[in-house]
Amino acid sequence: MYATNFSRAANLADASAKMGAATDGKYLAGGQTLIPTMKQRLAAPSDLIDLTRIPDLSGIKADADTVTIGAATRHYDVATSATVRGAIPAIAALAAGIGDPAVRHMGTIGGSIANNDPAADYPAAVLALGAGIITDKRTIFAEAWFQGMFSTALGTDEIVKAIQFPIPAKAAYAKFPNPASRYALAGVFVAKMKNGSVRVAATGVGEGGVLRFPALEAALQANWSAAALANVAVSPEGLLSDIHGSAEYRANLVNVMARRAVAAAG
Amino acid sequence: MTTVSMTVNGRQVSADVEDRTLLVDYLRNAISLTGTHVGCDTSQCGACVVHVDGRAVKSCTMLAVQAAGSSVTTIEGLATGDELHPVQAAFREHHGLQCGFCTPGMIMTAVDMIRRHGGQLDEATVRHELEGNICRCTGYHNIVKAILDAAAKMQMPAAAE
Ligand SMILES: Cc1cc2nc3c(=O)[nH]c(=O)nc-3n(C[C@H](O)[C@H](O)[C@H](O)COP(=O)(O)OP(=O)(O)OC[C@H]3O[C@@H](n4cnc5c(N)ncnc54)[C@H](O)[C@@H]3O)c2cc1C
Repeated sequence: MYATNFSRAANLADASAKMGAATDGKYLAGGQTLIPTMKQRLAAPSDLIDLTRIPDLSGIKADADTVTIGAATRHYDVATSATVRGAIPAIAALAAGIGDPAVRHMGTIGGSIANNDPAADYPAAVLALGAGIITDKRTIFAEAWFQGMFSTALGTDEIVKAIQFPIPAKAAYAKFPNPASRYALAGVFVAKMKNGSVRVAATGVGEGGVLRFPALEAALQANWSAAALANVAVSPEGLLSDIHGSAEYRANLVNVMARRAVAAAG
Repeated sequence: MTTVSMTVNGRQVSADVEDRTLLVDYLRNAISLTGTHVGCDTSQCGACVVHVDGRAVKSCTMLAVQAAGSSVTTIEGLATGDELHPVQAAFREHHGLQCGFCTPGMIMTAVDMIRRHGGQLDEATVRHELEGNICRCTGYHNIVKAILDAAAKMQMPAAAE
């Protein structure tokens, strides 16, 4: 790892000021992506500005229609939150399946969403539920947020404050983890919203990162059941092909995981 | 250089280190506690697991400065004098180690999982919870056995109350 200067931000204004003063600064949350990347010298920020001590950046709130999770909330705290388990159990289950216990104790939802790894889990929930990403400057919705692998609408000094999820009528996430890395080889989040609309998003499979599957959505809109997906073909076009699996394999996994998710959602 | 202070195994420690110093290097080099191991150094294997403010974390994936002011427990902090911690004793009893390299991380992960799950541990849960700890000798069987036995023994006093 190259040399860097670490500081803790006391509040959002302090974080922005520190970022403004840095030559090539980066915000640090759980460090479960950024530190390994720096150790490999794939990133070499002059300054690291730790966001995790900013009081209102952590925590979970809910009202009748939404659950709002602070950006610095750890995966473990989402997985074990009674609020999340009650309102959107699919998100608690998703968080409980990220990496391993030590990663979940450190990693944060804001870091996951800001990083937008094409195999990360949270992006599937954010896109399937049409969540709002609240930053220190604006609110951006999922469709506009994700802009391809490791790329988002986030400005260089912009800070993700919270993610606001609409509470669906039904939802579930089914993940086929890569047995070595624990990241998703295919992870499918299905949601039936309170207005009846159906959304299906998958991670781990798209060349451009997380994406929706309109054909699966249409089939489930007509008939919310795993059986309704049995004959819906998923095209391998635009899907990832690498040593872990071909595009055809991933296309098949999307259908299988979607069926498992619908069955789990009930 | 930054002066980084924290509590390690109940003892207040302080050392001047670079901000890029990893917590594991601080523990091993700056304060000479070499029980915590560096295995893969890529956040995968869990040989470096310690507890920071009561939670198991990979100390190769955290900077020492991030832990400034925190309370850290390492494998050296588990035993009470000559008496092994119940999880250490169970690993010995059930042959939960062979070369022993992964053992500090396995035990710190096990202590954390027993604390979180209490008496609710079963084999499937233990195996799921061990996903971040890699062992190349034992095949995991005896590690799982040791953790289940330690969890049962640690539950007993509470159950008797
Ligand atoms: C062994 C291992 C296994 C893993 N397995 C999985 C898995 O199965 N599924 C999965 O989804 N992830 C997995 N991860 C990644 C993990 O979830 C990370 O915690 C997460 O991707 C990044 O969150 P972080 O808080 O650690 O962010 P950091 O590493 O601290 O930061 C990541 C990036 O986000 C930026 N950032 C962080 N917070 C903010 C904010 N509030 N505002 C603006 N920018 C911000 C940082 O500047 C940096 O660019 C794994 C990681 C490891 C080490």
